[in-house]
Amino acid sequence: MAQGIKNEVAIIGMGCTTFGELWDKSASDLMVDAFQEAIEDAGIEKKDIDAAWFGTCFDEVNVGKSALSLTKTLKLPFIPATRVENFCASGTESFRGACYAVASGACDIALALGVEKLKDTGYGGLPDFGNLLGSQNRAIFANLTAPGGFAMMATAYFDKYGLSPEEGKRALAHISSKSHHNGTLSPKAHLRNEVSIEKIMNAPIIAWPLGLFDCCGVSDGAACAIVCRANRATEFRKDPIYVKGLQIAVTSGEEMAHQKWDGTHVIPTYRAGCAAFKEAGITNPREEISMMEVHDCFSITELSTYEDLQISPRGKAVDDIEAGFFDLDGTIPCQTDGGLKCFGHPIGASGIRMIYEEYKQLQGKAGERQVENPRIGLTHNLGGFPCMSVVSVALFGNTL
Amino acid sequence: MAGITSYGAYIPWYRMKRSIIFEQLGWFNPGNAAVARGEKAVANHDEDSVTMAVAAALDCLGNAPRERIDGVYLASTSFPFAQRQNAVIVSQGLDLPRGVRTADFGGSTKAGTSALIAALDGAGDRRLMVCAGENRLAKPGSSQEHTYGDGAAAFLTGDENVIAEFKGSYSVSADFIDFRRSQEEQFSHGWEERWIRDEGYARIIPQAVTGLLDRCSLKISDFAKVVLACPAAGAMKGLMRAIGAAPEQVQDTMMDTIGDTGAALPLMMLAAALEEAGAGDRILVVGYGSGSDALWFEVTPAIEGFRTGGRKGIAGHLARRNNLSVYGKYLVFRNLIPLEVGIRGEEITPTAMSSLWRDGNAISALVGSRCRVCGTPQFPKERICVNPDCGAADDMEEYRFSDKRGTLASYTGDNLAFSWDPPQIYGLVDFEEGGRILLDLTDCSLDAVRVKMPVIMSFRRKYADPRRGYYGYFWKAVPAL
Repeated sequence: MAQGIKNEVAIIGMGCTTFGELWDKSASDLMVDAFQEAIEDAGIEKKDIDAAWFGTCFDEVNVGKSALSLTKTLKLPFIPATRVENFCASGTESFRGACYAVASGACDIALALGVEKLKDTGYGGLPDFGNLLGSQNRAIFANLTAPGGFAMMATAYFDKYGLSPEEGKRALAHISSKSHHNGTLSPKAHLRNEVSIEKIMNAPIIAWPLGLFDCCGVSDGAACAIVCRANRATEFRKDPIYVKGLQIAVTSGEEMAHQKWDGTHVIPTYRAGCAAFKEAGITNPREEISMMEVHDCFSITELSTYEDLQISPRGKAVDDIEAGFFDLDGTIPCQTDGGLKCFGHPIGASGIRMIYEEYKQLQGKAGERQVENPRIGLTHNLGGFPCMSVVSVALFGNTL
Repeated sequence: MAGITSYGAYIPWYRMKRSIIFEQLGWFNPGNAAVARGEKAVANHDEDSVTMAVAAALDCLGNAPRERIDGVYLASTSFPFAQRQNAVIVSQGLDLPRGVRTADFGGSTKAGTSALIAALDGAGDRRLMVCAGENRLAKPGSSQEHTYGDGAAAFLTGDENVIAEFKGSYSVSADFIDFRRSQEEQFSHGWEERWIRDEGYARIIPQAVTGLLDRCSLKISDFAKVVLACPAAGAMKGLMRAIGAAPEQVQDTMMDTIGDTGAALPLMMLAAALEEAGAGDRILVVGYGSGSDALWFEVTPAIEGFRTGGRKGIAGHLARRNNLSVYGKYLVFRNLIPLEVGIRGEEITPTAMSSLWRDGNAISALVGSRCRVCGTPQFPKERICVNPDCGAADDMEEYRFSDKRGTLASYTGDNLAFSWDPPQIYGLVDFEEGGRILLDLTDCSLDAVRVKMPVIMSFRRKYADPRRGYYGYFWKAVPAL
């Protein structure tokens, strides 16, 4: 029976650019910035890297197809390199490729780099989903955008648990307000300002019932990780961070076409969480997780993720949110660096950016937003829509 | 003997007071005060003559077996396609068998009555769906902008369970050029309205009526109702005098509520007349344009049982309405002004005709599949059952969703998506017999949408690709009333 990769892989170096509307930076600039920080952090040389995985989603608006742009930009010396794309889980997917390569023994040291240059479309929001589902897209798929796809989950959640729009939006506003606060303590974050619950609740509607501040930033950025086999990690640094679990779950399609799913949560998040907890040997996530970076593309996503990851009981996330359970000084601080909401969301980079935050927190290097004595950090990516998604859940620890 | 076995109609949800047009452009053409009365039916931004014909045909069809229909005739002077038969879009929207006869009737506002005559004259036991839909463009500031309305009607013909027996017809053909439009043009050119009134309506229609009465040895007083598709109120009086019709015989043209629906007008008026007709009533129907068609029917006792069929018809559709109070919205819906759609709105992926053909009735009639093992309906067509407790492979049969009702499992109103009428509303529709589809909603306002709201399916334009000469049709959900 498969044992997973718990304690097989260590992160020995990471880099992350400032995220934001970086009009003066190209995707190549961002890749170089993230890579230089990571390789210096790891204390290795380029020739030590045996293989690379490259995560990017919207090739149409930034780097083009294949891993060519990674190897050409970084001048990687004819090593195996692979581009991966799995919606918003693309960054974590590239990290998984690197981890599996070293865990299998195929490589000693592997690189994962994620980048996205979104702000070259000429309009707000993500690039148009013209080809999201291939050629059938225009013909049969509803005319939806990311906020609308997630707003439907808020509608269903409010209906199922009897929340008025006012009650539901207030809980969601707490989530965004908390992330804005954390963003002020996060020097590389895209949005670094406090926003009040009242302002969030009264903001213009983007997709009912979600308003402007229920939506994350659309940003440019890159992040990079260098991994090696765990038993060699201390050759490179004294404080490596270990991969405890790393799982991806992709929909079977039943949410969209079968009535079993109630639309209030994300099945692949629950499934990927269960698999990652099993891999890591975690039996009580609410007690064992120190902090989390979840995929808060929209406030409702963060709310439902609390329940799908079994931190909050079904239908009870609102109680935890309003009790401050996920605030920076709460029991399980969530989005300590501001999250997608405020750190920003360059798709292909986001998964590795989350890992970067857990890495820094677990090393005790998170500055003003440092969580006290963390042991286990969790990252979560959700690509697609609640009704059709790709989800990754990863767990990290600072001891073997 | 052959005749009408069913009727249906469609009137779009939006109605606009004509005074709204006059308030905007009356300063330019004060003479339009004479036609700035009442209201007109306005097609939604995702409707055209074909989609409205499908809606009327579905209203007409009820639960009639589709495999027993032999063809579709479609009449309009506002077909969306000059090449690509419009009637076959209707036929495929109705999910009729491939072996049907389809034909477009166009060019003149008498196309509706001409299609009906073509279907009924020497019909034998042939069963045809005869539809007329109209969605004509008129230049801003014109009289026609006030008078034109949008709508459709449909009739099923055959020789079983006939509700109105076809008794005869007479046609007059005349190159009387009251309105004309060349292949390249968007708008029609008209001649002086007084000339059309006196020489057109008042002289050409009586020739057709007199010809029919003489041929069938009838008097005008033999008819309970006279359907005169004469949209010019000023011409009606002279016309009635010319044919000797009494006011109580004359069917309402619905100009105050719907407007001049061109080729569809005589058919919509006939549908309205049938809604109130009794057994034995004789109905004279007259279409006009490049001449005139006159035809007559005798209503049979089968009309009484027919009315319980749950059709919306003219009366039902008149009751389903929403005010369109913004003239600018009307101009945008008809694509009469350039609108800043933004870069997101400019992005249109080309449609692959080969893929469209392969997908076939999945797109045209919302046909998915149903698992023979567990019975779960699913869309799009699947080879492996989507039911997580089943998963059977290659054991599916076709299953049509377009005639099923559903309820909304969830929804949103999306202001980021490009839409001609934001917010774009869409939601997950759970169908009553199983199956779920994520669909756009139309003909509704966000305020009125609720989880668990019942919906029915409506054939609409999903997107337009004007640069490549293409309209993509698909099904949307509308509130079930």
